Amino acid sequence: MSNDRATSTPFTKGLGFFVVLGIALLIILGIFVSPADVNQGESVRIMYAHVPGAWLAYLAFVMTAVSSAAYLWKRTRSLTWDRIAGASAEVGVLFMGISLVTGSLWGRLTWGTYWTWDARLTTTAFLFVTYIGYLAVRGLGGTAHQRARRSSVIALLAVLEIPLVHFSVVMWRSLHQRATVLSPDGDIKMDGLMLFTLLCGVFGFSVLFAWLVSHRQRIMAMKDVQQTTAIDVAVAERLKEAQA
Amino acid sequence: MSNADQPRFAGTTVIGTARLIAAKDLRVELRSRVLLNQVLPFALIVMVMFAFALDSDAVLERVAPGLVWLAALFSTLIMVSRSFAVETADGALDQLRSAGVPAMGIFIGKMMALMAQLVVLVTLLILTAVVLYRAELSWAGSVLLVTTGLTATCGLAAVGTLYGGLAAGAKGRETLLPLLLLPVVAPVLIGATRATESAFGTRGVSTGQGWPWLGLLAVFAVLFSVSGAVAFGPLLDD
Repeated sequence: MSNDRATSTPFTKGLGFFVVLGIALLIILGIFVSPADVNQGESVRIMYAHVPGAWLAYLAFVMTAVSSAAYLWKRTRSLTWDRIAGASAEVGVLFMGISLVTGSLWGRLTWGTYWTWDARLTTTAFLFVTYIGYLAVRGLGGTAHQRARRSSVIALLAVLEIPLVHFSVVMWRSLHQRATVLSPDGDIKMDGLMLFTLLCGVFGFSVLFAWLVSHRQRIMAMKDVQQTTAIDVAVAERLKEAQA
Repeated sequence: MSNADQPRFAGTTVIGTARLIAAKDLRVELRSRVLLNQVLPFALIVMVMFAFALDSDAVLERVAPGLVWLAALFSTLIMVSRSFAVETADGALDQLRSAGVPAMGIFIGKMMALMAQLVVLVTLLILTAVVLYRAELSWAGSVLLVTTGLTATCGLAAVGTLYGGLAAGAKGRETLLPLLLLPVVAPVLIGATRATESAFGTRGVSTGQGWPWLGLLAVFAVLFSVSGAVAFGPLLDD
């Protein structure tokens, strides 16, 4: 009874252990142990959330695209792929949001501006909006397979759209550049401990991604089951009422 | 109904369907005059509002190309909604699909009709820019401008039809459509604006500098026309 209503499995519990470990290590190293940067000072610590967040978001969007393609391909068609795609997109949007906010805060401290029309930043902002749109399409309703087909097509169209947006922004910036665009990664020489902290973050966030998505897609599966069985339950109840 | 007495119907081929759908959409427009009486006046008022907001002849002249295409994008949103409101009003789209009309034909037909209307709109907007914003047109610029207008409207029509078809019939489609459509058409806005700047000679940009942007617009138009024609069926088949 309790087991089929929970979304945790031994696998997710194992993942959860590594998530806690990774994030705890990241916090300790990132906030207390790692040194302040020579040029950026304490603001470099924002990077330990920003870079893994961006990494996770990109990972999530790739996952959404791959799972959507897997759903559309007849031989691997399964609603599980659709749910993984949806769950990944949700997590991706969340972490892209975190990454954009932390990035602009860091930019304010380091570059003196919240935003610059750099091609990578602009494309990232477009990715963010595009996947918010994707999530809106998922909420359109209909049967599970209707939702799955619609959203997988939209996810694949996004794969087509993003390179075009990126390319046009690059073209726009390179032809109309007035000031030198600050490169987001610059030529920062990384301290060993800093790099290790960053890698901890990437590891921790990646496991967190797997953990969130596996829980989220099981919740989605339960919702789908509930939606299909709700009618049967209601019909059975009405029948009972009629017989009584 | 037997097959023997069924007349040979042009709607059974993709091209035939496309032609019928496009003719039908344009006929609906000719009779209802929604483009003429509502969308074009809307686009005009947007152009006037831009002038109020920017409040400087020099600035207006400089940003005229961008304003033309922004107004075109906003109007496209309305036209796409209109194009599919006609189809979903009496479940016409579902009936077309259940009658076995090829989805690709519906897509191409609606796209052609939308493009025809967009060409009228963009022509009017460019004339407005010339009159209100003092944009200058040369002969060499006109060639670039016409090609840009046709390519950009083709891309807009393709994306508009594709996402319009998806949003059609959905709850809250008025709000969903701009969210889906605007990020996708960003390359058109960038490309068409820069090409139009070259055509107008804004900021001293020469006509020759506009052609690479036309390439971007062409790639966009081709990619989304093809993928739209392919993806439209799966999007509608619910």
